[in-house]
Amino acid sequence: MAKIITMTSGKGGVGKTTSSAAFGTGLALRGFKTCIIDFDVGLRNLDLIMGCERRVVFDFINVINGEARLSQALIKDKRVENLYILPTSQTRDKDALTQEGVGKILDELKKEFDYILCDSPAGIEKGALMALYWADHAIIVTNPEVSSVRDSDRILGVIQAKSRRAEQGLEPVKEHLLVTRYDPDRVEKGEMLKVEDVLEILAIPLLGIIPESPAVLKASNVGMPVVLDDKSNAGLAYADAVGRFLGETIEHRFIKPEKKGFLDRLLRRTA
Amino acid sequence: MSLLDLFRKSKPPTVAAQAKERLQIVLAHERSGRDSPDFLPALQQELLAVIKKYVNIDDDKVAVKLERESGCSMLEVNVELPGPAKRGTAATIN
Repeated sequence: MAKIITMTSGKGGVGKTTSSAAFGTGLALRGFKTCIIDFDVGLRNLDLIMGCERRVVFDFINVINGEARLSQALIKDKRVENLYILPTSQTRDKDALTQEGVGKILDELKKEFDYILCDSPAGIEKGALMALYWADHAIIVTNPEVSSVRDSDRILGVIQAKSRRAEQGLEPVKEHLLVTRYDPDRVEKGEMLKVEDVLEILAIPLLGIIPESPAVLKASNVGMPVVLDDKSNAGLAYADAVGRFLGETIEHRFIKPEKKGFLDRLLRRTA
Repeated sequence: MSLLDLFRKSKPPTVAAQAKERLQIVLAHERSGRDSPDFLPALQQELLAVIKKYVNIDDDKVAVKLERESGCSMLEVNVELPGPAKRGTAATIN
């Protein structure tokens, strides 16, 4: 049975699209037929992060409005088997999304895919509500920082009140915490919230900790999901998170400061 | 932790610890607000209707306020009754 996963956060700029691209690609790498949908109508960016911006002809909104078939709008990834992207419109606004329209497309996708990953826009308005309404799982992307943690708490409240599962009194949406931009050095110095603190406050299961990494910007520059960079800590951490999502027990890594050599310490070089 | 630490003054909490504490306080408030629907306007209307049955007061003479502090919530209802002279006039109108 196909599962709908929503990548959400409340706050903007915490790494939802980066995480959607990496996580969705990670699921496809494990052999699951995966579709990532961009719900940020008017501010399309998943296509850029996935490197398929020049292949967009029709979009999600065209399909909702019956102006194109789903198969015309889906973009097949050229690197990874089983991976598809459904871009959104750059010219319309969030009102183009309707609950029934979105539900119909998701039902159609469910027949073909194992996982449908909804990349939510920031905020708690229409676009975000549409992205989380049909969710079976929600991955909450949180930076170890006060405003992000607060907004994550808020979006958890929204999921528990306004999702289809909440409205119909079904088994609640499964929540997962993905901490991104984690800097173990700053945590060690007491400058950044510890992952344990974030967990204590939000009280949902931890899916993964993605370390702050230059590889994320580098990957986005070239339109490559960072999970494909298997030399980077961030890429490996995303692959681990996918494994945990699939039920594997994987220890968290990259959460302690890297041991520095004598020369590094002498020159006070930072990672 | 070395032996020397015992003699040092206790350090002030780190900024991360302050962040955690602030978050815990603000979220405790926001969560309690989230669970209870915003009933204050309706409560105010109904209180006003009941009081009006017995005393002739203006609509803006009832103020309902909810204050949350750590551990308890306080519902404050302020009703401003008209003074004796005014009450006399009100009675004649009735």
